[in-house]
Amino acid sequence: MPLTIPKERWTAEVQTATIGATEEEGGTRTSTITIGGEQTLPFLHFEGETPNRPVIAMEVLDETPTGWPEPLARHYEDVWDDPAAWAQKAVEQFGADLICLRLVSANPDGSNASADQCAETIQSVLEAVGVPLIIWGCDNDEKDNEIMPFCSQAGSGERCVLGSATEDNYKTICASALADGHLIINQSPLDINIQKQVNILVTDMGMDLGDIIMYQVTGSLGYGVEYAYSILERTRLAALDGDKMLQMPMLSIVGSEAWRVKEAWQPEEDAPEWGPLEKRGIIWEVATATLFLHAATDILVMRHPEAVAYVRDHIDEMMSGQPV
Amino acid sequence: MFVIGERINGMFTDVKKAIQAQDPAPIQQLARDQVAAGANALDINVGPASPDKLGAMQWLVEITKEVVDVPLCIDSPNTEVMRVGLEAAEGNAIINSTTGEEERMEKVLPLAAEYDCPVIGLTIDAEGVPRDANGRMEIALRLVSACMEQGISTTDLYIDAVILPVNALQQVPQEVLNTLQMCKALSDPPPKTILGLSNISQGALHRELINRIYLVMALANGLDAAIVDPLDSELMDAAITSEVLLNRNVYCDDFLKAYRK
Repeated sequence: MPLTIPKERWTAEVQTATIGATEEEGGTRTSTITIGGEQTLPFLHFEGETPNRPVIAMEVLDETPTGWPEPLARHYEDVWDDPAAWAQKAVEQFGADLICLRLVSANPDGSNASADQCAETIQSVLEAVGVPLIIWGCDNDEKDNEIMPFCSQAGSGERCVLGSATEDNYKTICASALADGHLIINQSPLDINIQKQVNILVTDMGMDLGDIIMYQVTGSLGYGVEYAYSILERTRLAALDGDKMLQMPMLSIVGSEAWRVKEAWQPEEDAPEWGPLEKRGIIWEVATATLFLHAATDILVMRHPEAVAYVRDHIDEMMSGQPV
Repeated sequence: MFVIGERINGMFTDVKKAIQAQDPAPIQQLARDQVAAGANALDINVGPASPDKLGAMQWLVEITKEVVDVPLCIDSPNTEVMRVGLEAAEGNAIINSTTGEEERMEKVLPLAAEYDCPVIGLTIDAEGVPRDANGRMEIALRLVSACMEQGISTTDLYIDAVILPVNALQQVPQEVLNTLQMCKALSDPPPKTILGLSNISQGALHRELINRIYLVMALANGLDAAIVDPLDSELMDAAITSEVLLNRNVYCDDFLKAYRK
């Protein structure tokens, strides 16, 4: 007897978002990225279309990172004093689909870099690479509101993604994105209700549904990741069920979360039973990224080149629709 | 809840006057207002008084289509008028309605198949509206099998369990609630359910309150769609809130606003 595979009939699909603008579109990018448009849960090709593959953004910090474990640091120490060179390496050697530039130097508790300095860095990265850019503030509301208008202007016309708008702080960044033609990341804690609320606030200001990417803050493997999976999946289920205010593509930050847990960096002599340090962080990043991929995330922000290569292969396999 | 706005109906004086004067403005305003208030589709009914029913239906559909792009629910007892409406709506339509009478189903269901659009099936037959839920289910089953024979998906069939005025027949609301629940077991996937809500309060006092409370009760019993006045904002707020409480919609602080976006 032939086996009939049960199929779910969804009534709606995920919004499509295009990041980056080429010369014809008023920018200088050599490539653009389109995400979203899914008509079903991740990779269920028999049930509906998945017109766009999930993408990998590689993280670039605008100042030299401290405390990175050696297996990660060795890939970046030749470029980490120069964000433009770092971005170039991530794209040319490691195949990043886009760059996620984090303006950590602006943090008033750290280097307290000025808006002009940040804008300059953005321009240098835009000149160094042709892929689209995610521009992320320093996660200090007050300072972000000071620098983001200038950062936004520095990338004007390039259809960058600005991060991030939150329930308590969204007006400045949203106005900047609207003025300079960028997309925006709507951030919430791991809470679908708050995510939806931020989406409403931002669309109230006039942001197009197609210019929004959702980000619920998640940890990594071993740190509540099962709950994160279920909330991201629930968000996507609501989208496919027709909830317009949850239909935007999703982003997950994996690299920084995976590499900060002790399993990723604790030296072998302290924890010999955990196996070689050489591989642990990579495995941690791969496992976390893969899990979010299957929970329906559209953009993974990652760090280690080997982890990126592995996850990219996995995306290839899943998108091929063939049994692996 | 799938909301079908009931206001474009020749039974309302403002609509009747506009049809007579061939003045599109008030109709188009009603169309826009209802969609803005949360209507997912709009009922179009020329009303009993119109002398040229065919022309009035075509005109109503055409001017409504100019301002909104939701499906139009072509509401007529006359299949010729229905065909004119479906043709003018270019397939973006819902048929309102057939009964469970053989003769009527034979005329209406082929239209649903031809125009590939959902159809509302009333649990009424030659003997009228059954007294209880079991009688309604017999007719519902007939409607489901007739749809299957015509190749119409059961999910494109909306069973209307026919609510009657509570001041005349006080046992009916409960029988209709039972029917809503039983419909879910009719087929897999089951047909959808719908109610022409305002009938429940015909001739009664406190009409809006009755409509509102009964809608909430019906939703809790599995109702999928309703023909209502979406401009009754308290009614809509009650429906939206019910859907949140029934976990059919995701809560957020602005959940009332989110629904209407």
